[in-house]
Amino acid sequence: MSTATVKLSSAVKENSSDRPKTVWDYKNNTFLLLKILFTVSGFIIAIIVNIFFPQKAAVELKNYGVSIASAVIGLTINDVYRAILVGLIAIYAFSGIRSFADTSDRKRYCKNAAFRFALGIALAIWDIGGTKLQVFAQPFFPGPAQVCEAYLADGKYIVQNMLYSLRLYGAGFSCGVLLGVGTGILIGWFPKVYYWVFPVLKITGVVPAVAWMPFALTLLPNSFTAAVFLIVICAWFQIAFLTAQGIQSTPKQNYEAARILGSSTPDLIFHVAIPHAMPDIFTGISSANAMAFTTLVMSEMLGQPGGLGYYINQSKVWSAYYKVLAAIVIMAVLFSLINHIIGRIKKHTLRWQEGVVKK
Amino acid sequence: MSSSIAISGVDRIYTDTDGRAVQALKSVDLDIKSGEFISLIGPSGCGKTTLLRLIAGLDRPQNGQLSIDGKKITGVDPERGYVFQQGSLFPWLDIEHNIAYGLRARGKLKNSRKKVGEYISMVGLEGFEKSYPHQISGGMAQRVAIARALINDPKALLLDEPMGALDSFTRADLQDKLLELWKEKGTTMILVTHDIDEAIYLSDRIVIMTPRPGKISRVIDVDLPRPRHRGGVGFLAMRKSILELFELAQAQPQPEYVI
Repeated sequence: MSTATVKLSSAVKENSSDRPKTVWDYKNNTFLLLKILFTVSGFIIAIIVNIFFPQKAAVELKNYGVSIASAVIGLTINDVYRAILVGLIAIYAFSGIRSFADTSDRKRYCKNAAFRFALGIALAIWDIGGTKLQVFAQPFFPGPAQVCEAYLADGKYIVQNMLYSLRLYGAGFSCGVLLGVGTGILIGWFPKVYYWVFPVLKITGVVPAVAWMPFALTLLPNSFTAAVFLIVICAWFQIAFLTAQGIQSTPKQNYEAARILGSSTPDLIFHVAIPHAMPDIFTGISSANAMAFTTLVMSEMLGQPGGLGYYINQSKVWSAYYKVLAAIVIMAVLFSLINHIIGRIKKHTLRWQEGVVKK
Repeated sequence: MSSSIAISGVDRIYTDTDGRAVQALKSVDLDIKSGEFISLIGPSGCGKTTLLRLIAGLDRPQNGQLSIDGKKITGVDPERGYVFQQGSLFPWLDIEHNIAYGLRARGKLKNSRKKVGEYISMVGLEGFEKSYPHQISGGMAQRVAIARALINDPKALLLDEPMGALDSFTRADLQDKLLELWKEKGTTMILVTHDIDEAIYLSDRIVIMTPRPGKISRVIDVDLPRPRHRGGVGFLAMRKSILELFELAQAQPQPEYVI
């Protein structure tokens, strides 16, 4: 026991004689700076590979004239690829510098550094295997620069198709959410509606929306409304189901408290039942959203005069797989963005839950 | 503002899940004077909460009648405020909006925004206006519930074990707060509790109830001067006599074993 005490006191002495140690982690500025360099170095390597690695395979580096502010500039596919890499470097460097201000941002940035570095290296390897040497099976696996060719050759057309997809999605999903929340409230609040409508919803809800396509295409005036209809029903059932569940699970005590405080029946619906159902409504919206993307692309592939799904189908006919990949990249970015926006709205609406629900 | 409540010959029978009839209340008569602080006390199952819910209008009796200021009670009314045991705050509203709920529901928020601030400071919750119910302690939540009920200027405040889930320090604190509010507003107070000390400390009269079937067995006048002392001689004597009453009430023939 006495030796332990001695050891302890000597340890205390050593520590106190030392200077306060600087911790080598994300709280340290130099550490964070090195992490930023580490993050962007992957993409810098990808640029260096693209510039200096010899072009062995026979890939035509066509010069496309792109008009920017009334001047026409000749761009090759490698120029666009490099520009995208520079853009990524700028974005990550900027977010790194911005994270200096906030501890949790710093931590997250440092955690993501290795993955982002690997992303750059993966692009470099893809570049070598795809464009430079063409060791992957062609034309199915073009290099990243070749994928960029789609944006050069078809830029305007891709944007048109993207807007078509967005319009379709916007019209279908917003109607689906409105109808879903509306029916969900009716089912959740009125036992009669629950009795008559809920079984129908339960049975038709499990059928994938695209199964209705033959009816949609023949019975509705044009293919656009047909696709909107499909997205509406795929969102509708899911959201209605969860909204009803949220309304029904409102604790009786909440209603009693509200009634005693002077709430009328509409007040109970709008100020007690719906706020209580909000978390469930958003669960419904999130999962319906994923299904809406599937339905959107499928219906575009099967009978739409436009849209990213249509563009993929059309490119496939010409074996232009680089265009298919280009469209897939756009979809990934676009759908992630939509998810992100919905997530933001959800976080704001459900801010009262922060700290209650385990994330 | 206060009012008197008359209860006469009230029966309340429930049917339990097995379809058996359970008599929660049997021929209950009680007159509550205007501005009185009255406690309903008894073991669980004696029907004290049932009686409180009947007064609130959340429930109807099978027989008998309840009236407030001579008017028959037919349903809920903001003039009879209610404080639940716990967890009745709206989790999606912050403290300020929880307290303002009654004003908003009755369309009176526009003309009395200032009142919300007054009630927040009355229960000592300044600085917590923007907090959500899960972020505050149990004692604070009950103070919010009391302020939320009082903001409607009820003539009677019904309290269903509002301090049942609190620790003894917080409870003593809240009891003093409640007395302070009672003195200030003069509201008729009806408190359901299973804590004898709490009943003696707060009430003018204590209604003792017994279970199976739930009925009033005695009404005791607490004629101790206010402010009361929890350790005072009169206080302890009253406590002892109530405890004895309960032992008598619950006395059942015990099987005797001889070894």
